[in-house]
Amino acid sequence: MKRIALLGMPNTGKSTLFNRITGGAARVGNWPGITVELLSGKILLGGDMVEIIDLPGIYDLHGFSDDEQVVRHFLHDNVPDLALVIINATQIERQMSLLLQLKHLNMNLVVLLNMADEAKKYGITIDGKKMSELLGMPIFQLSGKYGTGYPEALQAITKALRYPTPGMAEQLRSQLEQDVHIEAEMARVLKHAVQIPAQLPENLTEKLDRVMLHPWLGLPIFFAIMYLLFQGMFLLGQPLQTGIAGLFTWMREAALAPLLGGLPPAVQGLLLDGIYNGVATVAAFVPLIVLFFLFMAMVEDSGYLSRAAFLMDALMARLGLDGRGFVMLLMGFGCNVPALMGTRVMRSRAMRLLTMLVIPFSLCSARLQVFVFITAALFSPKAAPVVLFSLYLFSFAAAILTALLFKSKFKNSEPFVLELPPYRFPTAYQIVMRGWLEIRHFLRRATKFIIAGVVLVWLLTNLPPSAAPASSGTLAGMIGDFLHPIFAPIGINEQLTIALIFGFVAKEIVIGALAVIYGLSGTALSGALGQQLDWVQAYSFMLFTLIYMPCISAIATLRSESKNLGFTLFTIAWSLTLAWLASFAFYQGARALGY
Amino acid sequence: MPSTTLATLHPGEFATIVAIHAEEALHQRLLALGFRSGKQIELIRKASFSGPLQVRIGTTDILLRRSEAAKITVCQGAART
Repeated sequence: MKRIALLGMPNTGKSTLFNRITGGAARVGNWPGITVELLSGKILLGGDMVEIIDLPGIYDLHGFSDDEQVVRHFLHDNVPDLALVIINATQIERQMSLLLQLKHLNMNLVVLLNMADEAKKYGITIDGKKMSELLGMPIFQLSGKYGTGYPEALQAITKALRYPTPGMAEQLRSQLEQDVHIEAEMARVLKHAVQIPAQLPENLTEKLDRVMLHPWLGLPIFFAIMYLLFQGMFLLGQPLQTGIAGLFTWMREAALAPLLGGLPPAVQGLLLDGIYNGVATVAAFVPLIVLFFLFMAMVEDSGYLSRAAFLMDALMARLGLDGRGFVMLLMGFGCNVPALMGTRVMRSRAMRLLTMLVIPFSLCSARLQVFVFITAALFSPKAAPVVLFSLYLFSFAAAILTALLFKSKFKNSEPFVLELPPYRFPTAYQIVMRGWLEIRHFLRRATKFIIAGVVLVWLLTNLPPSAAPASSGTLAGMIGDFLHPIFAPIGINEQLTIALIFGFVAKEIVIGALAVIYGLSGTALSGALGQQLDWVQAYSFMLFTLIYMPCISAIATLRSESKNLGFTLFTIAWSLTLAWLASFAFYQGARALGY
Repeated sequence: MPSTTLATLHPGEFATIVAIHAEEALHQRLLALGFRSGKQIELIRKASFSGPLQVRIGTTDILLRRSEAAKITVCQGAART
């Protein structure tokens, strides 16, 4: 099969194009370096199946960061039949150096000048034909966002693939001397084919930045945006979740219970109290998760994350981290796994490890489900959103404390140089795509972990058969009793202990496990929790859930990204210690104050 | 014309890059982002609490710390082209 590689600098729209061409599912965001793994898709081109690979964006073919090495090794080991070079047309004077570096490797190239729509707004005109002549390669202008200019480009790609591949030159590591040559060639082509106005017209980005990056208003605005987002999520998402949970309960009573009535009680219990209650309780959170990722997609795609890096770098520098680390923490609000992988853009290993040490404290969307459920059950509708926001603050506090304590162990002098993209407003298509991807991801997790988790919880709370379900005579009761001395001082009872143990697999299971342990779902479960726990216990439980070890996927990612078992084990041990200490301090402190 | 570093510029000021005194890896990254001697650079803004700078070279906006900016010698007051 012929192979096409997508190449270009970070944030040029490679992944958007990849998705357009293959109908695939690469994650897209307005943040340089979002593609950290290789994605491939197959399409039919001119009668043949062709494989397309989306490579991480690189600034320089001769660079030293992990992503640049990934690309170089890939090109070295899997010489593609065609390299599709994506260039951000608004930054053509700068991005052409990469194109010329590639040209020197004698690769078969087709060039796509992406973001033609944006370039037009900037008043940049590019004579594609002239440039094509000067460079001796096919060049097309298109817009990945709006999908214009595709048919011509695809046709050229099909044609280019028919030519035999010229061998890839071995002089990959040819030094900086070449850059002098590249510079001269760049100047020649730019002079003849491109016109850029000397002063860019003031655009929306600049007007927005004057407010968003204001020396004094910038940070308050940032926190206000965060607060409004979380507030909005809770106010919109919580009623949705309650409504759907009610629907699931109704379905069980109206349809499933009569249908399964003929089965033996044990099987009925496993199916209804085990799998159905557990999965339905978790599934009721799907709309909240979709809503959350729609918000996240808007923030990520808008380019505001780079602004957050600008605003927070001064603080992060004092913690031994940098603005990018802060953005990873924000991305971790979605899921810790891609945030951990995103640290690949850091070149200093010490800083990368320190960032990976703090990311798991980021309150991910799985933990959000647990907190929405418990705050809604234990706190008044007015207090609940504030309680939820306080947990986000604790999430930052845990990260800051950890960085402060360990920064001397991970000393580094990593430079902080980052491109600031203009604000871009995602199209409805992009937002919907992103929401759909997250539902798929969630459903995949659901089938993989959650069903197995809730079945296991059901077995633990129902075996041996002689004991009453969920009593101290069951396996779960025994484990709870055994761990009681550790969890009693932080106000966490046996039932919650079992839920925490399973939360280690995936945090979504915590609520599913509680549903199974109590044999209740939806509103009935929140009612039972509200009766059994007071707010101090509930908050202590949430603090522990927030801080203690990340889920199994995050740990596997930590292990594979750090390539260091000792570091991974240390991360787990530290998070457990910190979780226990924080809950202990809170629980005993609140009790001492008379709550 | 006086020669200073990028770190000493004030927001809204233009300058021309004279030289970059950075170690190999940073030098490469700066080159790739468009920092070359002879290029005109504008300081857009400085973050508070001694945070990073936002600079503009051509159509690209770049964030960098003051410590990195101090490694870039510029010649201030360059004519707008």
